[in-house]
Amino acid sequence: MTTKPLLEARDVTKRFGAVDALRGASFQIFPGEVVALMGDNGAGKSTLIKTICGVYAPDSGEILFEGRPIGGWHPKAVQALGIETVYQDLALAPDLDTPANLFLGRERLKGGLLGALGVLDKSSMRAEASRVLTDLSVKIKDVNAPVNNLSGGQQQSVAVARAVTWADKLVIMDEPTAALGVPQTQAVLALIERVRESGRSVILISHSLPDVMQVADRIEVLRLGRRVAQLVTTETTEEQIVGAMTGAWTQEVAA
Amino acid sequence: MTTDTLDATDTVAAPARRRLKVPRLLGSATDITLILILIVAVFAVLDFSSFFTAQNFTQILINAALLLVMAVGATFVLITGGVDLSVGSVLVFSGVIAGEVMQWLGGEGWGVSIAGIAAALLAGTAWGCVNGLVITKLRVPPLIATLGSYGAAQGLAQIITNGNDLKDVPSELVDTIGFGRVFGIPILVIIALVVALIGGLVLWATRYGRRTYAVGSNAEAARRSGINVDRHLLKVYAVAGMLAGLAGILSFAKFGTTTLAGHATDNLNVIAAVVIGGTSLFGGVGTMIGTVVGTLIPATLANGLVIVGLNSFWRDFAVGVVLVAAVYLDQLRRRSRSSR
Ligand SMILES: Nc1ncnc2c1ncn2[C@@H]1O[C@H](COP(=O)(O)OP(=O)(O)OP(=O)(O)O)[C@@H](O)[C@H]1O
Ligand SMILES: [Mg+2]
Repeated sequence: MTTKPLLEARDVTKRFGAVDALRGASFQIFPGEVVALMGDNGAGKSTLIKTICGVYAPDSGEILFEGRPIGGWHPKAVQALGIETVYQDLALAPDLDTPANLFLGRERLKGGLLGALGVLDKSSMRAEASRVLTDLSVKIKDVNAPVNNLSGGQQQSVAVARAVTWADKLVIMDEPTAALGVPQTQAVLALIERVRESGRSVILISHSLPDVMQVADRIEVLRLGRRVAQLVTTETTEEQIVGAMTGAWTQEVAA
Repeated sequence: MTTDTLDATDTVAAPARRRLKVPRLLGSATDITLILILIVAVFAVLDFSSFFTAQNFTQILINAALLLVMAVGATFVLITGGVDLSVGSVLVFSGVIAGEVMQWLGGEGWGVSIAGIAAALLAGTAWGCVNGLVITKLRVPPLIATLGSYGAAQGLAQIITNGNDLKDVPSELVDTIGFGRVFGIPILVIIALVVALIGGLVLWATRYGRRTYAVGSNAEAARRSGINVDRHLLKVYAVAGMLAGLAGILSFAKFGTTTLAGHATDNLNVIAAVVIGGTSLFGGVGTMIGTVVGTLIPATLANGLVIVGLNSFWRDFAVGVVLVAAVYLDQLRRRSRSSR
């Protein structure tokens, strides 16, 4: 890797009261790369990506996007850089329908005077939504039903579709396949490949070793709020990864 | 709300089971409309010639107009998952401010009347902003924040007037808003319906409406999508306050007095109307049509019960029953949804 990292976290710490969620965590991803972020439950994976995308401000440490420090930025400002996130808790509005959720915070307005009055262009958003969903082979029977009426897997697909649609440079996915059946999981993995082919990067948090081995170029392992390994998937065995997660094996990490 | 989402995730493996349809239908605006039609039908059968006349329906609308104006604002507030207990007091306060301003300017003429209207709207908006700021900046729950301004606005109105109602309304206002009619329809009613129409369109068709639902449905999701939740809430409470201010000047023109003591339970009546109309106290769900119907039900009951010779106290009883039934149906809907 000789190019500059797309995104880099350096020695990030984050405390919640008495809990040290991150104790100097570092992370790196390069353009066009799929990097899996792995680690035990409570290792700090979700906290790390939330500090990256602006939900939390880091207590200390740096977050650099294309060399620019973005730690503590507002989520909206981070989004404007082309970074989108699928949160572990999905972050959908359960009472709104699928198109409304896809366009949440980016509602499309009609042209002219109506647009100036804030009138939504519902039909164009609905058309765009069904185009996106077909593209991602997500099947939703009734896109006009509140997403709460969808199955957990469908809700997850909506959240993934939203992130992929809006991300120009980086998609962050926190356990996007946790609720999915085998075919849907394969669809998401195929989608991740397509995002990479389009030149964008993906951070994938997952507990599923086979999934990670299938799509990730590299694997970074967090343990107790710290990075303990940076591995290249093709040169790594599952035993090494498990060892890194449990602490049985520690790699000297070049920072 | 987050747990809502997680619950749904837990049930992934379950096949798409059919939803309970009946409670869902009963909770929607169409069904509350059926209940209103039923109420109208019963009174029509009991005393057709007195009840079922254009004149009497107009009277019902006049009686419902003030509440409807406030209920439009409350619909937005409840959809965000909040509540506004201050509306009746803000109505009184705004009427008092308008009255003082108009008296100070000479008390007659169109210029004075328009200044009075502006003063009422400003006074109401100011209270709405106070509510919104206390809720978003000081993080005081809406129930307490607006209970506080309920007391404070009423108190200030009494202090300003020394407890004596103002009674000088410019004749221009009395002749138009107070008793004026256009094509036989009272101007008061036209104003209320126009407010409801605009409110309904904003809720249904605009980004502001969409975000109102989003904030009430899952504030955290809205925040992470880049919506400025606090600023949106501030706007919603400001509009609710402005509409209470509008109701203040309407009330002043209609009754010819600031009715200091007459609005202590407006807040509860407004919430009852909105909730009967199918808006959820938990936020994220509601329609303006529902609110219009929900406002008309108590008004129709009050009117009809008197016409058929029953004491109007029965209205309170009947409204209480309808209110609890409406919330029960809403709960039923939510349970059927989350236990899918
Ligand atoms: N908002 C919060 N308030 C308090 N503690 C928190 C908060 N968020 C996370 N934590 C704590 O920080 C630690 C790291 O949590 P985090 O969610 O980042 O783990 P994770 O690696 O994503 O785990 P999982 O695989 O279970 O999702 C945990 O001990 C957790 O309890
Ligand atoms: Mg997590």
